[in-house]
Amino acid sequence: MRETAASTAPRVPARSVSRPVVRHATRPVIRPVIRPVIRTAASAALALVLALPLAGCRLTDEDDVLPAGACAGQQVTGIDEDTIRVGGIYPLSGPASAYGLIASGARAYFGHVNEEGGVDGRKIEFVVRDDGYQPARAVEEARRLVELEEVFAIFQTVGTPSTAAVRDYADRRRVPQVFAATGASRWGTDREHPWTIGYQPSYVAEARVYAQYLKETLPAATVAVLYQNDDFGRDLRDGFADAVRGSGVRIVAEQSYEVTDPGVQGQVANLAASGADVLLSVTTPKFGAQALAVDAAVTSWNPLHIINSVAVAPAVMASVDTGKVREIVSAVYQKDAADPEQADDPAVAAYRGSLRRYAPEADPAAQQAMFGWTAAQAFVQALRRMECPTREGLREAVRRLDDVPVDTLMPGITLSTGPDDGFPIESMMLARFAEGRWASFGDVIDTRAAFGPVRTAGSSG
Amino acid sequence: MSGVDVAGRTGHRRLAVGQVAGDRRRAWPWPRVTLTALAAAACLVPFLLEPYRVFQLTMVLVHGIALLGLNLLVGHGGRVSLGHGAFLAVGAYGSAIMTTSLGVPYPLTLPVCALVTFGAGLALGRPALRLSGPYLAVVTFAVAVVVPLVIKRFGAVTGGSMGLSTPVPVAPSWTGLADDQWLYLLVLAVAVGAFAVARNLVESRAGRALAAGRENPAAAEVLGVRLDSHRTLAFGWSAMYAGVAGTLYAWVVGFVSPDSFTVTLSVVLLAAVVVGGPGSLLGPLLGGAFITFVPAVAQRAGDALPGIVSGVLIVVVVCFAPTGLAGLLRMAAGAVTRRTGRG
Repeated sequence: MRETAASTAPRVPARSVSRPVVRHATRPVIRPVIRPVIRTAASAALALVLALPLAGCRLTDEDDVLPAGACAGQQVTGIDEDTIRVGGIYPLSGPASAYGLIASGARAYFGHVNEEGGVDGRKIEFVVRDDGYQPARAVEEARRLVELEEVFAIFQTVGTPSTAAVRDYADRRRVPQVFAATGASRWGTDREHPWTIGYQPSYVAEARVYAQYLKETLPAATVAVLYQNDDFGRDLRDGFADAVRGSGVRIVAEQSYEVTDPGVQGQVANLAASGADVLLSVTTPKFGAQALAVDAAVTSWNPLHIINSVAVAPAVMASVDTGKVREIVSAVYQKDAADPEQADDPAVAAYRGSLRRYAPEADPAAQQAMFGWTAAQAFVQALRRMECPTREGLREAVRRLDDVPVDTLMPGITLSTGPDDGFPIESMMLARFAEGRWASFGDVIDTRAAFGPVRTAGSSG
Repeated sequence: MSGVDVAGRTGHRRLAVGQVAGDRRRAWPWPRVTLTALAAAACLVPFLLEPYRVFQLTMVLVHGIALLGLNLLVGHGGRVSLGHGAFLAVGAYGSAIMTTSLGVPYPLTLPVCALVTFGAGLALGRPALRLSGPYLAVVTFAVAVVVPLVIKRFGAVTGGSMGLSTPVPVAPSWTGLADDQWLYLLVLAVAVGAFAVARNLVESRAGRALAAGRENPAAAEVLGVRLDSHRTLAFGWSAMYAGVAGTLYAWVVGFVSPDSFTVTLSVVLLAAVVVGGPGSLLGPLLGGAFITFVPAVAQRAGDALPGIVSGVLIVVVVCFAPTGLAGLLRMAAGAVTRRTGRG
């Protein structure tokens, strides 16, 4: 500190006092200061003028395009005869780092595919970057993946904010941003960003599943809704309200909370006063657990407790006192590796084996790892269906999926998209939580067939 | 009037005030050659490197501008602000909202945001700088905490927690530049301007008054320095630098969200000033490089490492090089000078 202080701080008392006025001392100092600045500016300008002829050219190569053939002019960056380079952006650190397990699941599946010879002879190289669940960092990492690592496609961004942030960049650079891990309905309805597509059932589709279930089993049900006051919460709530409109199922009470709130005890207590038959809990894990705890504690109110799939985590369900909550229902679409009944399923066995081998740090029972595995499988299916091995080819392929089976999805659920339909999965099954595990019941509910396509995104637009 | 022709006496055009005051440290003997070489390198870089590297360097400059402002306050004024992330947010959101909702062309957003943040800095600096030490830290900290929440609250304008996508400046066709090159040169021009202004400011009467206030407030006041107004102005200037950096950030990244301007950012900025070298002009640039490159490099080593590596590096620098990276460079320069017998 001593040195720095001396450089800028004149020992004011000693010398300045002897000189009558400070102002005079400054003048000669300022002038020599300005001159080098002018000089710098001049040399900078000169350098710029000299450099301008270089403009547009640089020593590194531009994007590769196919020169001839049916696919001429299409981009082949990151793909050649032997490899496909794929980039993923996951929250490996930060508040949502639990979703980092998705990367482990995906890595395991790519390892599994490479071992079996790759995709049409091409091995997949999977480059994972961390965005800490911050959208601006996601953009930076996307740039890194596309411009430095030169990936073929961005397979997965996690979370609605990060996906929205990367979407414009992907569109500008014409890079496929495939199977983003978020349920917002806007990816499917957005025509302005053809390079971006979602994967899991949208929140609207999930809301429709619950609505359909209630219409069939409790046609005159009254529903109390607890929702998170953000895009996710409103997307699902609005979807539910739309889906029950015109039926006997009515929403009689609504309470929202902010992600920053400490708890939802007050909100659930208010909902209890409505005496509704059903509690629809549109929450994230922490708040979902709290809502379950309050429901268990309030003995005078015993609604059917519907908890959305986002909130379902092993830790949440482990804390539930099942004896005190009447019935807990949620929606599922992929197989549950923690379910002993599915332990013999060959697809689940392959998943467990590869995960142990390629991502030993990940717990096979975690939903997120299974999610990553399943999404990676969907991605490989899309790669196999490319007509041209180009970025444009992949963009077309993900929008032309036709009942593509994926073995870790629930039986009867397949991937389907079309030019106007950007939602790969729109069917789900209901599951009931009993004896410490989820058991699916009933048939697959195809929301596309029951409700028609999702036309508009929720209120968030 | 007489007797201050120090430039003539020592044979150096560039004269640190400290040398008048008895600073006997050796100065770098080739300032002009070095500056010219640096300027040439800075201009050539976008034509030599990959787009991503150019982007990284652009981010170094953006962070450097913000740190330059904070350094005015922390390094020269001796006051701590934990709230500069908030001014960055104001600059970034100001630019984003102006370009998206109001359709203002992007070059216009820079002066507007600079003025707005300057005003905000003055308004906040006036009452806040009467406080000192921990009280000032708490007040500025509160600003840093509140601003992201306010942004989330007014979602209709700001896009809420989802953030806002903003159009990225496109290179005019007559330049023939790629967009990232254009953006880099744009930011470089602003940074050169910012450095020139900061340098003049620091070495002017106001700068010395600020430093005098830091070293010995009582003596400075006795000499007739109005500390309050100088400090308020310094706060305004530093807020303006942060606002300008925020605007450039919005241009470069093309996306703003409340999560980019959390309290953590304010703390990181403060740490970067210390690491770079408080009170030096080169420090902010080194600090900017620190913010940009250390997490990126550390992530190569492991997923959860960036936080740990940055933390450990900050501790190491503070323990072993209290004058920061700029101080280390200065020592190295001094060693070279001694070795060559110049200076």
